[in-house]
Amino acid sequence: MENLIALLVAAPLLGAVILLCGGRRLDRTGHWLGTLLALGSFVVAALLFTDMLGRDGEDRAMHQHLFSWIPVGGFQADIAFQLDQLSMTFVLLITGVGSLIHIYSIGYMEHDERRRRFFGYLNLFLAAMLILVIADNYLLLYVGWEGVGLASYLLIGFWQHKPSAATAAKKAFLVNRVGDMGLSIAIMLMFTTFGTFAFGDVLAATGETSEGKLTAIGLMLLLAACGKSAQVPLQSWLGDAMEGPTPVSALIHAATMVTAGVYLITRSGAIFNAAPDAQLAVVIVGAVTLLFGAIVGCAKDDIKKALAGSTMSQIGYMVLAAGLGPIGYAFAIMHLVTHGFFKAGLFLGAGSVMHGMNDEVDMRKYGGLRKYMPVTFVTFGLGYLAIIGFPGLSGFWSKDKIIEAAFAYGDGVRPWIFGGVALLGAGITAFYMTRVMLMTFFGEKRWQPTPDPHKEPSAEPAADDAHAGEMPHPHESPKSMTIPMIVLAFGSVFAGGLFSLNESFVHWLEPVTAFEHPHPVISVPAITASTMVVLAIGVAIAWFMYGKRPVPVTAPRGSVLTRAARRDLLQDDFNHVVLVRGGEHLTRSLVYVDHTLVDGVVNGTAASFGGLSGRMRKLQNGFARSYAVSMLGGTAVLVAATLLMRAV
Amino acid sequence: MNPVNYLYLASLLFAIGATGVLIRRNAIVVFMCIELMLNACNLALVAFSRMHGNLDGQIIAFFTMVVAAAEVVVGLAIIVSLFRSRHSASVDDASLMKL
Amino acid sequence: MSALASQAVTDLAAYTTSTGEAVQFWVLGTVAVIGALCTILMKKAVHSALCLAGTMIILAVFYLANGAYFLGIVQVVVYTGAIMMLFLFVVMLVGVTAADSLKETIKGQRWLALLCGLGFAVLLVGGIGNAAITEFNGLGTANAGGNVEGLAALIFTKYVFAFEITGALLITAAVGAMVLTHRERTERAKTQRELAEQRVREGKHLPPLPAPGVYARHNAVDIAGLLPDGTPSELTVMKTLRDRGQIRDVSTEALRDLAALEQRSEERLGRGQEAAK
Repeated sequence: MENLIALLVAAPLLGAVILLCGGRRLDRTGHWLGTLLALGSFVVAALLFTDMLGRDGEDRAMHQHLFSWIPVGGFQADIAFQLDQLSMTFVLLITGVGSLIHIYSIGYMEHDERRRRFFGYLNLFLAAMLILVIADNYLLLYVGWEGVGLASYLLIGFWQHKPSAATAAKKAFLVNRVGDMGLSIAIMLMFTTFGTFAFGDVLAATGETSEGKLTAIGLMLLLAACGKSAQVPLQSWLGDAMEGPTPVSALIHAATMVTAGVYLITRSGAIFNAAPDAQLAVVIVGAVTLLFGAIVGCAKDDIKKALAGSTMSQIGYMVLAAGLGPIGYAFAIMHLVTHGFFKAGLFLGAGSVMHGMNDEVDMRKYGGLRKYMPVTFVTFGLGYLAIIGFPGLSGFWSKDKIIEAAFAYGDGVRPWIFGGVALLGAGITAFYMTRVMLMTFFGEKRWQPTPDPHKEPSAEPAADDAHAGEMPHPHESPKSMTIPMIVLAFGSVFAGGLFSLNESFVHWLEPVTAFEHPHPVISVPAITASTMVVLAIGVAIAWFMYGKRPVPVTAPRGSVLTRAARRDLLQDDFNHVVLVRGGEHLTRSLVYVDHTLVDGVVNGTAASFGGLSGRMRKLQNGFARSYAVSMLGGTAVLVAATLLMRAV
Repeated sequence: MNPVNYLYLASLLFAIGATGVLIRRNAIVVFMCIELMLNACNLALVAFSRMHGNLDGQIIAFFTMVVAAAEVVVGLAIIVSLFRSRHSASVDDASLMKL
Repeated sequence: MSALASQAVTDLAAYTTSTGEAVQFWVLGTVAVIGALCTILMKKAVHSALCLAGTMIILAVFYLANGAYFLGIVQVVVYTGAIMMLFLFVVMLVGVTAADSLKETIKGQRWLALLCGLGFAVLLVGGIGNAAITEFNGLGTANAGGNVEGLAALIFTKYVFAFEITGALLITAAVGAMVLTHRERTERAKTQRELAEQRVREGKHLPPLPAPGVYARHNAVDIAGLLPDGTPSELTVMKTLRDRGQIRDVSTEALRDLAALEQRSEERLGRGQEAAK
């Protein structure tokens, strides 16, 4: 059974190779091949899962050693896989949701002439992400980590003919590089500290290592997680990544990529447990991102960008939970899985809406769509209820647990601050998701004719020429798109409850991540009740603002906060001023230093040698008498030196 | 009188001879200055001989004279052949040390 | 001078120096330094050689005064008598009257030379003064069996190898001097007839070269003959003198002097009216 692990990666990797190298003759069948291989990977995962379930909790981890990758003296890097409960969870999520997105893409990308390549990239994405989660050492994880970065670059920039998409891809790639730097530094630190990369050895050795080193490694890992999971301060790429096709957004936001950071922190839990300072940093980053993403999500009129803000916020929840230590790891992963379901459902729903609205993304130009797209409405609505944490749905079980754990973090004011932030985040989530819901499916129709693409490029020009200047005719999407949405809606509704039954999910993960029951500073029913109250307030405010009153087609000016949030809370301006300008000034001053100091020293040395040589050359005038002078002078110096030595 | 005065005189003559080597261009005069320096050395050697009370200093001076004679013979022969080929006895004219 | 020396000889081998020797040292020492300075400052090589010879004779006296009788005599005979005469021969060969220009051509050479020379002298004097030798042994015992005998005993015992090698050196030097100055005739010397034929064949200077002093009112061999326009022609002076640079210049001033002389003799003879025009 263990030999099947490599097959998980091999299937999508094979698909990527075939689809990317196969050429145009695969254009008609390529998407089926890619989908089948993704499904095949899912089937293998399911087989492994059933096998794993048949064993005891402690014996469930499986290993497969393929070959020795870089054996150089004390430096041993293997291509080896480790499939334990944590990896299994991710594998199921990635292959399951990934396969659904593949199926959805068949319909969504039907009119794109580069569909085969798109599926090749999707398969590559899956393969890289699977390598990331089933690697048994940090170096192989890094391979997957970079592979995900590459695949995300290719997919975000898939419509590379749009400058905005190309720029967004570059932005994602560059911001991710910063995080990757953190990971590579962390790996180097690990090697110097522990002499190995293997998870087992590194995590077992944390007990004997100084806290300072562990804190350094932990902070570097956090930086890496910030890059991949779009946490403050490396969050800026996520919103722009919406330039990619909608299935890509779903894939990035729900099942892959952004979850990698959470996986990394959870996997390295032993390091963070031994370094409370790094853990505190994780919690702070999670809390800040939680609010940041939520506020951005409130102000966006672009449905995908509103969902992107939501993703950022939800990942913030997960990072917050992962930073809480053993009381939070299991809930972080649980929320990750449930979020994988409902966020994938929401994105696919958003894609379906756009599909029906001539690729219009502005929610102010939607309205009243529930009659025209019933399936989308119902699945999207279930996802909505799940994400705001409506009692009984997935989000309720996972998010509520995180809020509870946050209230149990540390002592003093910490539980109040972080618990309060988590609670506030729940309220804001309820507000902005209700806003999305109301603006899209309720109210009167605010549809506008599609603008001429030649005058004003729309966000997704895949089919714009066909619809230019027409009024949209909203219609339900094809079966290949609705079926995945229905499946995901089921997950959104039942996954959380299933996981919470007898705390099955927690016990499932316990051998890997350890678990302690949180002891919140206020009682659990009180927390649940206040969460419900906050949720109700959020929904109510949204209903008053967008349900009761008509929604203007053009966005009002809004308050300072709204305008800042529309500009992603000035993240790009901040980056521009601090990093771009700063970098420019730095390079300019470095160039100046190079020109004056370095060149000055080099040229000065050369010139002084030249000048000195010129003078020395004059000494060599060829006259024997001149040489005789220097000989006599030298003799005099020798005599003087001798006399001096004697005198001393 | 202290016989060390002979040494002072020898030093003086030696320095004069050395200066002469440096400032004169005529090879013959330069040669004479070298002879002057050698003679100054001989004087010093003779004075040393007297100070030490043995004859070794005089022996060295004697050998110096013989070597100086040999040197003069060869040196003057060189000067003569130089003059033949270059029609000049100036040491500066024979500066072939620089390309 | 030799009287002084022989008077010094009597007790010079002893431990002390007499007043006579002191007087002799200060007088002759001054002369020696002056002679050395003249050697390096005289414009003509002949004068330098003569000054040097004088200095060497004084040094010979000092050798005698220091109990080095053999060396003193050798200094006079070999150095002054043979080597300096050899110098004079060479000076004659390359031009006895040629005066060197004492103008320095290498920039800074003179000052550097003076600085180095003075510095060196100061250092040596300082070093010797620093050594502070106050007592000395004298040559009384060493010269007891005679100076020459003492030297001979040393040369043929202790220094015999050095002596033999020096002999080899002298032989080598003599052979070397011959090699350097000797020019082997590789072909038969040309007869006068052959030279004449060669002149005709080359087509230049068919007649004999002009004699010196033509139109110059002097017929000394070192005065160039004048061409019709009054400029001297070097062709008229023999090659050896030309090489030495020993041609007397009669072109401008000498010609003017001659003209003045002519004028005066014309006036005295009372027939200058037409010639003055």
